[in-house]
Amino acid sequence: MVHQYKNNGYNIVMDVCSGAVHVVDDVTYDVIALFSEKSPDEIRRLLPYEDQEIEEALEEVISLKEEGLLFSEDIYEEYIEEVKNRKTVVKALCLHIAHDCNLACRYCFAGEGEYKGDRSLMSPEVGRAALDFLVQNSGSRHNLEVDFFGGEPTMNFDVVREIVRYGRSLEDKYDKHFRFTLTTNGILLDDEIMDFANREMDNVVLSIDGRKEVNDYMRPTKNGRSSYDIIMPKFIRFAESRQQERYYVRGTFTRRNLDFSRDVLHLADAGFKQISMEPVVSSPEEPYSIREEDLPVIFEEYDRLAAEMVSRSREGRWFNFFHFMIDLTGGPCVAKRLSGCGSGTEYLAVTPWGDLYPCHQFVGEKDYLLGDVYKGIERAEICDAFRSCNVYTKKKCRDCFARFYCSGGCAANSYKFHGTIDDTCDLSCEMERKRVECAIMIKAALAQEGEDE
Amino acid sequence: MKRVKTLTGKKTYAGSMCKGGCGECQTSCQSACKTSCTVGNQTCENHK
Repeated sequence: MVHQYKNNGYNIVMDVCSGAVHVVDDVTYDVIALFSEKSPDEIRRLLPYEDQEIEEALEEVISLKEEGLLFSEDIYEEYIEEVKNRKTVVKALCLHIAHDCNLACRYCFAGEGEYKGDRSLMSPEVGRAALDFLVQNSGSRHNLEVDFFGGEPTMNFDVVREIVRYGRSLEDKYDKHFRFTLTTNGILLDDEIMDFANREMDNVVLSIDGRKEVNDYMRPTKNGRSSYDIIMPKFIRFAESRQQERYYVRGTFTRRNLDFSRDVLHLADAGFKQISMEPVVSSPEEPYSIREEDLPVIFEEYDRLAAEMVSRSREGRWFNFFHFMIDLTGGPCVAKRLSGCGSGTEYLAVTPWGDLYPCHQFVGEKDYLLGDVYKGIERAEICDAFRSCNVYTKKKCRDCFARFYCSGGCAANSYKFHGTIDDTCDLSCEMERKRVECAIMIKAALAQEGEDE
Repeated sequence: MKRVKTLTGKKTYAGSMCKGGCGECQTSCQSACKTSCTVGNQTCENHK
């Protein structure tokens, strides 16, 4: 399968099943478009180029095909079954340290932190039991990931400290290494928490939506005041204290700010170098939900952002946008690419009272309650359903050029929109495809820049 | 090549089948996406 497109002056050809990505001239671009359906003679007749140009392009196309870098076949379906049948281990937990929050975000999938339940804080006992469960179920896996999530985890930060201390005490004994992540809205962030995070957290995720008016509308404090004024100066300081690495400022855009590239650039202009901005995932009846009719505007925004990132990179003002990150030379293996994020098998969420769910977005969905950190997994059939879910079990993925980059999409999004984990969220897919195209264009532009220098 | 520049070198997905699937890599949601699935940007731990 071949996917070809033009973006920002670049002709890009993706050979989907080999992973090869080519930047080609106009002649070759047009030759490739006809190559599968037409004979060389027909191609010569149909295209408005000199014979020699077409001959050269045909020669290069045939050479790439022979090398397995163009028009390659999808040969992974049986292989992925074999990979899926391997025994999996748990390697990551999302700990819901607090089902409580000090903001009142309008789009919160956690219902202001409570996840369809009551306000609750994780105890140190549950936190330690969660790490014991992780170590016991991680087999020989060395690197283990633990995300302190909420609600707002800084509302229960003594327990975060205790869990980190306990985790470190297990590392030598079991030959494990914990990589901790803190996700925070920043309201309670202070120097002490920053110092602790800089010592212990591999990553911190700092929630902010961009421009003050955008952020404050969707992310007000409980008493309806600005959160931007409280968090922005602290986030700037925090990012600097981490040398602009191993963190993300992470925002959500909605129908209210379809011009979200301005929010990304607002954060970049404030000095942040690691930025993420995701489309809201919410039920269609919400006024801020993204609709199909919004897609052309969103695509233009992604194009604008990608072109601006290329310009800024050339000017020495680079910043990283999480959703345009793509590793074309050292990315994950094909097993990872086709089998998904690991939710429900390798990655689980833990509630404040120790219940296990397939991921943070399923917390509170009683049909997906897996067990708890004391008794372990009691409903293995749910894990099996997640394990068997991959791009080949989803009809819509089979012909999608982006399937090796998103691995079939988010199971929770599919569940929210279709009531099953074996489908895909169509709007999310449209945006993911656009982001992949933009990400590759940026690589093409930067590669050319390297040559020009 | 004169008319084609390949950004990915000679490496293909098929080449990762023999050693792939070790699972030491990061889970996607532990980074900055909490409501989508993005694996194409992840680093292979064996490639570091």
